[in-house]
Parts: sequence; C-alpha cells; structure tokens
Amino acid sequence: MNTQLLEARAIAKYFGGVTALRDVSLSIRQGEIYGLIGPNGAGKTTFFNVLTGLYHPDSGELIFNGEKLPASTPHLAARCGIARTFQNIRLFGNMTAMENVMVGRHVRTHAGVLGAVLRDRRTTREEAAIRRRAEELLNYVGIADRADDLARHLSYGDQRRLEIARALATDPKLLALDEPAAGMNGTETEGLRELIEGIRKDGITVLLIEHDVKLVMGLCDRVAVLDYGEKICEDIPVVVQKDPKVIEAYLGGSIA
Amino acid sequence: MMTLAHSLGAWRCDKRAAIAATIAMGLMLAAFPFMIGSALGNSWLRIVDFALLYIMLALGLNIVVGFAGLLDMGYIAFYAVGAYLYALLASPHFGLHLPVWLIIPAGAVLAGVFGVLLGAPTLRLRGDYLAIVTLGFGEIVRIFLNNLNAPVNITNGPQGVSGIDPIHLGGITLAKPLSILGFTISSLHAYYYFFLALALLIVFITIRLENSRIGRAWVAIREDEIAAKSCGINTRNIKLLAFTMGASFGGVAGGLFAGFQGFVSPESFNLMESVMVLCMVVLGGMGNIPGVILGGILLTILPEVFRHGAGPVQMALFGKILLDPEALRMLLFGLALIVVMLYRPAGLWPSTTRRREFRGESTTDALKEGE
Amino acid sequence: MDIFIQQIINGLVLGSIYALVALGYTMVYGIMGLINFAHGEIVMIGAMVALTVVKLLVNSGLPVFIIILIALAGAVAVCMAVGYSIERIAYRPLRRAPKLAPLITAIGVSIVLQNLAMLIWGRNYHAFPPILPDAQFDIYGATITSLQVTIVLIAALMMAGLIVLIHRTRLGRAMRATSENPLIAQLMGVNINQIISFTFVIGSALAAVAGLMVSANYSIVHFYMGFMLGLKAFTAAVLGGIGNIAGAVLGGILLGLIESLGAGYIGDLTGGFLGSHYQDVFAFFVLICVLIFRPSGLVGEKISERA
Repeated sequence: MNTQLLEARAIAKYFGGVTALRDVSLSIRQGEIYGLIGPNGAGKTTFFNVLTGLYHPDSGELIFNGEKLPASTPHLAARCGIARTFQNIRLFGNMTAMENVMVGRHVRTHAGVLGAVLRDRRTTREEAAIRRRAEELLNYVGIADRADDLARHLSYGDQRRLEIARALATDPKLLALDEPAAGMNGTETEGLRELIEGIRKDGITVLLIEHDVKLVMGLCDRVAVLDYGEKICEDIPVVVQKDPKVIEAYLGGSIA
Repeated sequence: MMTLAHSLGAWRCDKRAAIAATIAMGLMLAAFPFMIGSALGNSWLRIVDFALLYIMLALGLNIVVGFAGLLDMGYIAFYAVGAYLYALLASPHFGLHLPVWLIIPAGAVLAGVFGVLLGAPTLRLRGDYLAIVTLGFGEIVRIFLNNLNAPVNITNGPQGVSGIDPIHLGGITLAKPLSILGFTISSLHAYYYFFLALALLIVFITIRLENSRIGRAWVAIREDEIAAKSCGINTRNIKLLAFTMGASFGGVAGGLFAGFQGFVSPESFNLMESVMVLCMVVLGGMGNIPGVILGGILLTILPEVFRHGAGPVQMALFGKILLDPEALRMLLFGLALIVVMLYRPAGLWPSTTRRREFRGESTTDALKEGE
Repeated sequence: MDIFIQQIINGLVLGSIYALVALGYTMVYGIMGLINFAHGEIVMIGAMVALTVVKLLVNSGLPVFIIILIALAGAVAVCMAVGYSIERIAYRPLRRAPKLAPLITAIGVSIVLQNLAMLIWGRNYHAFPPILPDAQFDIYGATITSLQVTIVLIAALMMAGLIVLIHRTRLGRAMRATSENPLIAQLMGVNINQIISFTFVIGSALAAVAGLMVSANYSIVHFYMGFMLGLKAFTAAVLGGIGNIAGAVLGGILLGLIESLGAGYIGDLTGGFLGSHYQDVFAFFVLICVLIFRPSGLVGEKISERA
C-alpha cells in the first residue's frame, strides 16, 4: 500500500537571479503532521505557493495522491484536495464568518446560474447542506458564536481559526498551514495545537510551516528544514534538532 | 446573538406582514404612473419609463462592479448592442420586422457574447487597467456604430436608425393607447407596465444570484482574489460569468430602449452614459440592490428636475435667463455627485457590510446591533 | 515616404502634449492610487485662460513673446489654484473612503468644470489668434513649423525638469516615499498632505502648459476639449505603466505616434475597409493588445501576486 500522499520532485523556483527553491524534494505520508521550518527567507512560503498553484515552478513536479498535480492553477489544487491558509491571513473581510466558510464549499458544490435563479429542489438541498456543513465547521474550530460577524471584525486568533474552517470546508486531503501560530499568545497556541491534532485524527494530513519551534517539535511527526532554498534535513524532530547542518543554519544556536 | 434559526422563525412570524407589504407595494407601483401622469404630465411619465431602463442597466453593472468588484467603464456598449440589434431586426432599415419575443432574448444573448469577448482577454488585468480597457472597448463599439455605414451600410452611421418598430406583444402594440376591460391606458402607461415587469424580473434574478453559490463566489473574488482561488473558485470562469450576466441585462435594456424610442444613434451610447450608469451604482450603494435601484431612479430624475427648474427659477428670480440652463443643470448635477459622495462615501444606501466597512475599526460588539 | 515623416512629426508633437498631460495622471495615481478624472478639464481651463489673456493683450502692442509668457503665467496660476482646490475639496475628505468614492467625486468635478467653462466661455468653438510666427522648415519633403519644434522642446524640457525634481530633490524624495508607503512616510516626518497638494499643483501646472500648446497648435479651444484629451492622456499613462514617470512619457509619445501613423495608414492596412475615422479605435486597440501581453503597461513593474 502506498501511504505517500504528496511527493515533491526536485522543485525549483527562481525570482530573477534569486534562487528561492533549489531542487527541493520531499514526501509527505498519509495522515502525518509534517513540519516545514527554516530561517526567514529560506523558501518555505514559496514552496507553499508552488504547492497550492499560486506560483509556477521553474522545474520539478508534484505528485499528489498518485497523480501529477497541475501546475499554477490554484483552483485545481483545491479540487484535488489541497487546502491552505495564509501567513498574513486572507479572509473575505466584508463577508460574515459563516459566508467565508460557505465559500469554501464552492469547490465541492455545483449549483449554476439556472439553479440559483430557479431554486429547484437540488439547489435548495445543496444550499442547505452548505449551510449545515459551514455551521459544523465553525463549531469545530470553536467560533460558532461568531457566525454572523464580519470576518474583518473577528479577533486575530478567531481569524486564524476561521481561515482553517474555510480551508476545511473544501474537504481537503492535505491541509497546508502557513505559520498559523504567528502572533498568538500561549493559550491561543495551545488551543491551536489541540485543533491541529484533532484535524489529523479526522484523517486529514497536515503540512505546517511554523516559526514556533516548540510547537513544531511537539506536534510534528516529521520535519524538513529549508535553508537558502535547499532542503538540508528531513527526519523526525529529535533527529532534526541534533543535526549539525540545521544548527548551523540557525546561526549556530540551539533550536530547541 | 441572532442565529439563523431565530431569524427564520422571525421571518415566519412576519410572513403575513411581508405579504401585506408586497401587496401594498404592488398597488403603489400599479397606480404610480397615473399619479405621475395626472400630477406632472406625460413628459414625466416618459422620464419614469426611462428610469426603469436605467434601473435595469444599473442592476446589470452592479453585478460586475458591485458584486465581482471589476471596474467596467464601457458598460454602455452592451446597451448599444441590444439597442442596435433591435433596431436592425425590426425597422425599415433592412426591411426586417422580427417579433419582440425573439429580438429581446437575442439581444441578451448577443450582449452576453460581447461580454465574453470583452472579458476573456482582459481578466488578468486588475483595477484601473481593467477600467481603461473596458472604457476603450466601449469607445470602440461606439466608433464602429458611427462608421459602419461604408463600404457596406450596416448601422447607417451617425444618422442612426429610425422608424424602429414599437414593442408589440402578440398583436398588441404598446405604441397606441390600449383598452383593457373598458379601461384605456396610454402608450406610456403600457410601456411603464412592460418595463416594470422586466425590471422586476431582473431584480428577482439579481437577488437570487446574490444569495447563491455564484453570488458568494463573486463577492469572494471582490474581497480577495487569491484567497478565492485557493478556495477552489475558478476565478476566470466566475468573472466571465459576471461580465456575461451584467452584459445580458444591458442587452435587454438596450432592446427595450430601441423599441421605446423608435430611433437609435451612436450618440446615445457615449462614454458619459457609461459613467452615468457607474455613478448610479456607486452613488446608490455598490453591491446593495435597493441602493442601486435608488441610484438609478435619482440619477435619471435629478438632471430632469434641474432641467425643468433651471430656466423657470431664473426667470422668476431675475426676470430673464442669465445662465445657459443646460450648463447650469449639469453643473448642479456634478455638484450633487460631489456633495453626496462627500457625505455618504459608501453610497446613499449601502449594504450593511459596506456601511460597517466604512465605519471602520469598530469593535466586534458594535456589530451586534439589531439583536 | 514624406507622408511617413510628416506623420512621425505630427505624432511627436501630439505625443509630447499627451505626455505632459499623462504625467499629471500618473503622478496623482502614483501617490494616491486615484484616477484624477478631472485632469483633462484642467487642461481645458488652462487653454481657456490662456486664450482669454491672449485675446485681451493681442492689440496691446506688447511683443508676442511677452503676451504668450503672460498667458502662460496666467494659465499656470489658475490651473494650480484649481488643482489645489479640487484635491482639498473633493479628494482629501475621501482618502479613507471606499475606493470608488473619490472616482465619483472626480467625475463630479469633471462635470462641474466643464459646465462652469461653458457658462463662462460659452458653448462655441473659439479660434486661437494666429499671433505666433509660423516659420516652416522642410525635412525630406515634410514640413515642421517653428511652433511644433517649440512644443516638443518645451515638453522635453519640462519632463526633464520633473524627473530632476523627483529624483534629485528633497521634495522629490518625499514624493517617492509617499507613493511607496504613505503611512511609513508620515512616520518618517513627511507631511503627506503637503506632498499630495504639491503633486496636484505640479500636475496642474503641466496641464496648463499642455493646454496652451494644444490651443496654439490646433488653433481651436472648446469647453469640451479636455474630455477626449484627458482620456487619451490617461490611456497613454496606462500604456506606459501608470504611476511610472518615464512610462507616462513613453506612453504619451507612443500613443501620439500610433495615432497619427494609424490615421495615415489604416486605410492601406485594411484595404480601404477602415478609414481614418477609426483613428481612435486604433489607439484603443493597441492599448488593449499591450495590456493583454504586459498587464502592467510597458515599463510598469510586474506586480507579482504575493501570497
């Protein structure tokens, strides 16, 4: 049985003369929490953007769930089952929290103009299902009481949660989180850890970029380290922590 | 916190009130032309008919600008397409006299096709680049209408097409007084009801679209295109759909205009008209259907009020016309645009979300009004 | 061949004027992200004021050079005042408003200025008095007048001056900082209100000069002239890459050349099917093509989608 969910093969990405990613290969297994760390500017977010179709890789390919992932088409990546959040939260600010999650259902639903205008049986049923699922997800991430508030008016932590709910609404196989703990206090981070563990228990694979090393080391099954666009290490947290190249990359300091 | 179940329950309680309100509204709309006609005369009734056409246009543009957030400054081109299609297929110009039920939908479809033609190459552009390209597109359509009288005479050039068939439905023409059940209504009244019916249909379609998967996708694109893509929205198709829907409304309104006016010429479709419809949308309250309708009514009526007022008021005040009434009326109109936007930057009747947006960094608690 | 050169000359003259006006659009856009829809009307006001002054002084016996200088000074002063007031009244209060609100006030201002001009100067075309010396030079069978040479030279001079101002002075640095990030600029002690006012004033001065040039070159002034001119200049600014000074210059000159060459050759190109009335179509068509292949204009920076 192949438990590989995502395999990145020699992904490279250049911006002008700058190498953002140099032949990065990594593989993520079904059901694990996989951490991607590295100093600022190491190429983590670039990798995310290639993975989710926002950037076109200059070379290399991505195999997802046994099939080649189409490059630079974000909506197809979502359709294939890759959902993401953004480092600097990108919500639909002037929609309510509920509507944000409902948009996430877009890719798994079908109603077109005719259905919308005529409101036939199928469309009404689909719409009710969308609403129900959105309510469930808001509940799941713990912000059900905020359902009717505009996204832009939620607190920072709640916005992070809403973004996760919206991503989950697309029924992902792989959930990619870009620094979800950034700017969170201790309690919020603890809540986030529980949330991510819960998501994994529900069978969704998680890819996590994070600066909070403690969170990564405590949460992830395996970790890859990027430095100057190259993968310098990929292993279980204990091994990664001791890797001399990793310590070197973090300016000789201990990273734990 | 007002939950969905709550609001649904409240809605059921209010259902009777809602029905009563709808009936009252219906009666009002039915009686409206008679009130206008007797109080202000037929010229105003004609203006009201035009207001209905502009409402359709504004609602169409609202889909593109208000919902999907794409700044289209050449929208009037679609109105022109609908109008010219009607003019060419139902006038002595080519000797064709096709029925209305065929031409109006055909106008919607053709305008929709033009919407795709405009949309497809320009979807990558954002904001102001899109604005200038759509503006250019509008001008190109107008210039072609103006010049396609040679070498083959298609549009009859700057003279335009005249003698266009009035709108007629199953043997009944709206151009002559109609008598129904011993009750005679004038042509302007008949047009009013026909336009009203279509305007209501467009309102209905727009409301349904707004509260649907498609409508949410449009707003999502307006709010954050990248996030929308990452949510699995095929932004290209959804944007094209916005262009097409908006354009087809414009095409319908254009056909009605041609039949109502009996004459079309390129001059009716200049950039100022596009700008006017855009003003209706923004000044009324972008993205909010009642606001857009209000904008359409106000901006059709206001210049007329100034037109009718500018001369007589001067006569009364100074005993002679000191200032060119035409210039004066547009001057006042421009000032009105400025003043309204300065005091209501989100429009006269913004949607609740936009109103909140402009109120700015309010706390979450401030939003729980209306509990 | 001589037609070709003639069209190039005409295109350069027209293009220099477009470029001057386009600079006004692009500076305002660069700093505030706003399409100053009323900018074309400022050009018209400049032309009207210059015309009025010239008509007043034409029989005064002053040398032509002095008359033109006074007219220019008058036009520049009035336009600066108008530009300053527009920004204060119609744009500044809306700086934090939804993005389209200032666009609507800009349209309002444009309508107001147009009709104000119609009230003051009437709705007729005015001929610009032919007081300028019209020496002609021959270049390979094409003619260029001294006026045309002057226009191109002055336009080039002003553009060079503007570039020096923006890249070599303290004020220019403040302008660039504001356009980069107004908030940070403010934190660094830049008075952004002052900078924005200044931008409008400079843009309006350029517009005034362009106004005088248009009216002198085409000998005609009309209350409606600003509209199409403004539209073309804005097109030029977008063509070059809006917000970019060099882009506006390039876009303006290119648009001028495209238009005059298009008008001269479109008939031959389409086998006589399309005549020179399609001049404007040509300009917009080129614009659309350029933007399809370079969505940020010719020299505009590529805005990468940052996630």
